[in-house]
Amino acid sequence: MAWFLRTKDNITEKTQREMPDGLWTKCPTCSDIIYKRQLEENLFSCPKCNFHFRIGSEEFIDIIFDQGTFTETNNNLISSDTLNFVDTKPYKDRIIDAHKKTNLGDAITTGHGLVEGHKLSFGCMNFNFIGGSMGSVVGEKIFRAAKYSLEHKAPLLIITTSGGARMQEAALSLMQMAKTSAILGELAEASIAYITLLTDPTTGGVTASYGMLGDVILAEPGALIGFAGPRVIEQTIRRKLPAGFQRSEFLLEKGFVDTIVPRKDLKKTLVQMINWFGK
Amino acid sequence: MSSKIILDFEKPIVELEKKIEEMKLMSNDLDISSEIVFLEKKVNDLKLQVYKQLTRWQRVQIARHPERPLTLDYIHNCFDSFIELHGDRKFKDDPAIIGGFAELDGSPVMIVGHQKGRDTKSNLYRNFGMSNPEGYRKANRLFAMAEKFNRPVITFLDTPGAFPGIEAEERGQAEAIARNLMQMSSLKVPIVIVIIGEGASGGAIGIGVGDRVLMFENSWYSVISPESCSSILWRSWDFKEQAAEALQLTAVDLKKQGIIDEIIEEPIGGAHKDPDFMFKIVKSTLIKEIKQLQKLSQDKLIKNRREKFYQMGVWNE
Ligand SMILES: [Zn+2]
Repeated sequence: MAWFLRTKDNITEKTQREMPDGLWTKCPTCSDIIYKRQLEENLFSCPKCNFHFRIGSEEFIDIIFDQGTFTETNNNLISSDTLNFVDTKPYKDRIIDAHKKTNLGDAITTGHGLVEGHKLSFGCMNFNFIGGSMGSVVGEKIFRAAKYSLEHKAPLLIITTSGGARMQEAALSLMQMAKTSAILGELAEASIAYITLLTDPTTGGVTASYGMLGDVILAEPGALIGFAGPRVIEQTIRRKLPAGFQRSEFLLEKGFVDTIVPRKDLKKTLVQMINWFGK
Repeated sequence: MSSKIILDFEKPIVELEKKIEEMKLMSNDLDISSEIVFLEKKVNDLKLQVYKQLTRWQRVQIARHPERPLTLDYIHNCFDSFIELHGDRKFKDDPAIIGGFAELDGSPVMIVGHQKGRDTKSNLYRNFGMSNPEGYRKANRLFAMAEKFNRPVITFLDTPGAFPGIEAEERGQAEAIARNLMQMSSLKVPIVIVIIGEGASGGAIGIGVGDRVLMFENSWYSVISPESCSSILWRSWDFKEQAAEALQLTAVDLKKQGIIDEIIEEPIGGAHKDPDFMFKIVKSTLIKEIKQLQKLSQDKLIKNRREKFYQMGVWNE
């Protein structure tokens, strides 16, 4: 894979931030010791128990796209604090801090490229940018990625990870649910394939809009996927949630996910599906 | 109409009104009419002072007032021949979202709306207006029927949120809401949305995508309730007033943000002070709005609706 050759760019830095420093790491579920290089070669999933570590858009781009074919678009869209929102910290500062911490434009990276030679329009959310929250920028970038799909008759893939709508943009963030769903309606009318890949965690307004609107809905193993967060549900019903509740496997059983795709099979599965959908 | 339930900020007004009443009873014995006139002027000034400068949190309180007219009140007073239609044809009927056939000024329309209860018993039955997936799927079915028979759709929004329960998750709350957003954005008939009370988050917008979005002066609409926002961002339930201010969730705020189209004014003190006045305003507004929308071709209607939502959002580029 390409990313550990590019030692100086921010991909390696980010990977290290998400996972403990050092040559090895401990799997949070099976406690196995995994060497960093082994983990990277296994696309950041545990070789022993298949636990999927959280990764970001850069890693997914490397996994999915043919090398050197991906072009990022609209990275110049930056969140604006039009409401002058202040809670325990001004939203303006949260945006600046998130840029510094992640080196990302916002909670989604969009663009297009080739997958085994097939053109694909693409968006991938980043959980480490303000909890992957959906504000105006996320909505507009998805809108433009969908427009690209319409103009180039290219399928659209969105990889989600999000705590939901961005509270600091209040009703404007809520409206992004309608905005993204409306443009996806245009894709549906034009018979352009839309694929979603739900990763850990995907909740709130993101699940309840473009997350659940795919022609096919894929999920990574063990991902938390839901509308309400587990904490909110526990507060409402005043009891503990059963083990495995709101995980990918649970959603598969309940009929809300088409198939669970381990990361190592992702590219192969996408190519098969893109072929099935046809031109 | 005088209310039995008094909100904290209304107490000075009510106390003064009580005093005037007492004085009027005594005035048979004493000549205090000039004093009464003076106090009546004072109470009017006080009302203007309080109600014309309501804080955002105070408007949230009015939006939740136990005497505030609810969806069924508007259905029975603004429309004729309502026939309620039940069930999502998949799992069950959800009493938290109601819908059915009605006539508006003699013309057939489809109505869908959140329904809260009035007392403990009816609130338990209505689940406090918090819908399960079946409510959204019933709405989905009725929207499709409206399209099939070319009837305009009117929805009333009044919910503290979609229900966050185990069964709601199991049966795909998120999928049900998402499906409606896409369906409503491309529905081939006019849709008018009226936000009459609380418009909380995905649970509200799940029946809230339309050509015209009208909002009552003392209703609120946002991504989260002030209480939940306080608990998440301030990590305490005590900052609901600040959260309401920060969220800018009133009709005036949302008009400024380009999210709603029209504000429907309420009588001083709120809709519950004069429900008949509200019914009249709502009815005449709906007649006018639907007439306007029916002038548009189907393509233009859908194009305008989509374009409206595509414009929503603020960013730097
Ligand atoms: Zn493991």
